[in-house]
Amino acid sequence: MPVSDLLAQALNGLSYGVLLFLLSVGLTLIFGMLDVVNLAHGSFYMLGAYAGLATVAATGNFWLALLAAPLAVGVIGAAMERAVLRPLYRRPPLDQVLLTFGFIYVFEDVVKSIWGGTIRTIAPPDLFAGSVRIFGGAFPSYRLFVIGFGLVMAVVLWLVIERTRLGAVIRAGVYDAEMTAGMGIDIQRVFTGVFAAGAALGGLSGVIAGPIQSAQPPMGAAILIPALIVVVVGGLGSLKGSLVGSLLIGQAEVWGKVWLPNVSMAMIYFVMAAVVLLRPQGLFGRPLK
Amino acid sequence: MRWRVLGLALVLTAVLLFPRAAGNYPVKLLQEILIWGIFAMSLDLLMGYAGMVSFGHSAFFGVGGYVAALALTHWGANAASGLVVPAVAAALAALVIGYFSIRVSGVYFIMLTLAFSQMFYAVTFQVAWLGAEDGIVGVPRPRLPGVDLNRAGAFHVYVAAFALATGLVLWRIVRSPFGHVLRGIHDNEARMQAVGYAVSRYKLLAFVIAGTIAGVAGALYTQFVGSITPEAFLWRTSGEALLMVIIGGTGTLLGGLLGAGAFILLQSLVSSYTERWMLLLGLTFILFVLFAPGGIVGALRGRIGLRA
Repeated sequence: MPVSDLLAQALNGLSYGVLLFLLSVGLTLIFGMLDVVNLAHGSFYMLGAYAGLATVAATGNFWLALLAAPLAVGVIGAAMERAVLRPLYRRPPLDQVLLTFGFIYVFEDVVKSIWGGTIRTIAPPDLFAGSVRIFGGAFPSYRLFVIGFGLVMAVVLWLVIERTRLGAVIRAGVYDAEMTAGMGIDIQRVFTGVFAAGAALGGLSGVIAGPIQSAQPPMGAAILIPALIVVVVGGLGSLKGSLVGSLLIGQAEVWGKVWLPNVSMAMIYFVMAAVVLLRPQGLFGRPLK
Repeated sequence: MRWRVLGLALVLTAVLLFPRAAGNYPVKLLQEILIWGIFAMSLDLLMGYAGMVSFGHSAFFGVGGYVAALALTHWGANAASGLVVPAVAAALAALVIGYFSIRVSGVYFIMLTLAFSQMFYAVTFQVAWLGAEDGIVGVPRPRLPGVDLNRAGAFHVYVAAFALATGLVLWRIVRSPFGHVLRGIHDNEARMQAVGYAVSRYKLLAFVIAGTIAGVAGALYTQFVGSITPEAFLWRTSGEALLMVIIGGTGTLLGGLLGAGAFILLQSLVSSYTERWMLLLGLTFILFVLFAPGGIVGALRGRIGLRA
């Protein structure tokens, strides 16, 4: 295989990894804060893609979709947290996981009833509609945009969480929610905010994915599994783990298709099994008791 | 106790006589309910008694189903191919997946079991000699000595016998000392460890028992439909079993069967009126988790004072 093809594959893996990062970071943030594994997180991704689709259809502006879709999904997330998750905080945490599982069915069917079951795609913005030449091979410029956007988002998230007051509150809440509430912080509002932010990030990744991976209702359930594998590999509740896990799984997916086309779909599970065998808590997870 | 035996005998008679009173379609529905009931009851052993909520129980249903399909097609249509080999294969799969998964608990356990089951989906979806995405079709039913399972009546008794056997075996297990240790682990794992129980060994054994029974359910399902596809491994299969347990009542065994009945009847009823079956399913599930965590059995106990 020529060098340019190898590089193109590595970049494909990177853009998929970055996409997984945007998705899994919301999952890991919500878990860190609320102790809930939001199984409906893939549904937020799907809702984001369709909200983006609707925005582009109405305005023709991709950048507007990149703004509007996360907002819309964030609002849905906030409503979900307030209405149904909050009453369950006193119950065993698994009840909340089960509840989010029910929402996979609801969201998928609602989307299907509005937009139908056919496969659609979001057109990439004009600015990134073409391709660029890298080492003699053509590479879609939109994927380069995804890589850049995702890495910028990673830095922004890191700055927010590590360098701002809001980030300090979130870190305190992750460490000990009760104590944080005791310090006079309205932890319920932080919970809602974090859930909404996680949902918005899920929605954002859905819009980003629109031009690469086509939109159809089962996409939400389908992306959930890779996102969960990322957090298992990286360590649940860890921002760094989410980034490293995403990039690793992104590469595993791409190189699996190149080298082992017959079992490519199973590649990411092999990576997961290897990590779990060596470090059950994931690469950057807190050690399990 | 006498009432319970009488009730069981009545239900059993009704199930066995059902084909004489009802047409072809309702009888098939009942068989489907019984097979899914076996599957759901095995999941309840994990969820309701050992406190291990698995989102990947489809792995064993699928392994049982696929191994039965392969063995029945290639090794001859007999009881060993249809039941013994699939059960052993499912037990082995449960041993391996369980070995990895029980090292973690709670949400990690959920995610790991889910991911492992989807690994089987990914493999069966692509591997050519397993039929890839079309699965294995045209699987014959096993020939038992003196019984022709291709006769509808015989197959009905066969499935009902397995449902009864599963119920009795699991009932015996949860009331044994082993079952009490599982409940102890559910209530307080650290304490059971401190008292001196080898907690992981108990959890692994529970996982293997549940997996084996799920494998039998999968093998029966292959014989029922005559084919098996990668869909059997899909997370939806695990999810539906989970739903059945929760709708029926977690930690009651009977709930698995009742939940399977409610689920499949509702599905066949609703899908003839509207396409929005998934929406209804999701909402039912959400409402049960929110307002009736005890499921149907829990609600009955509260209402009419029915006891376990």
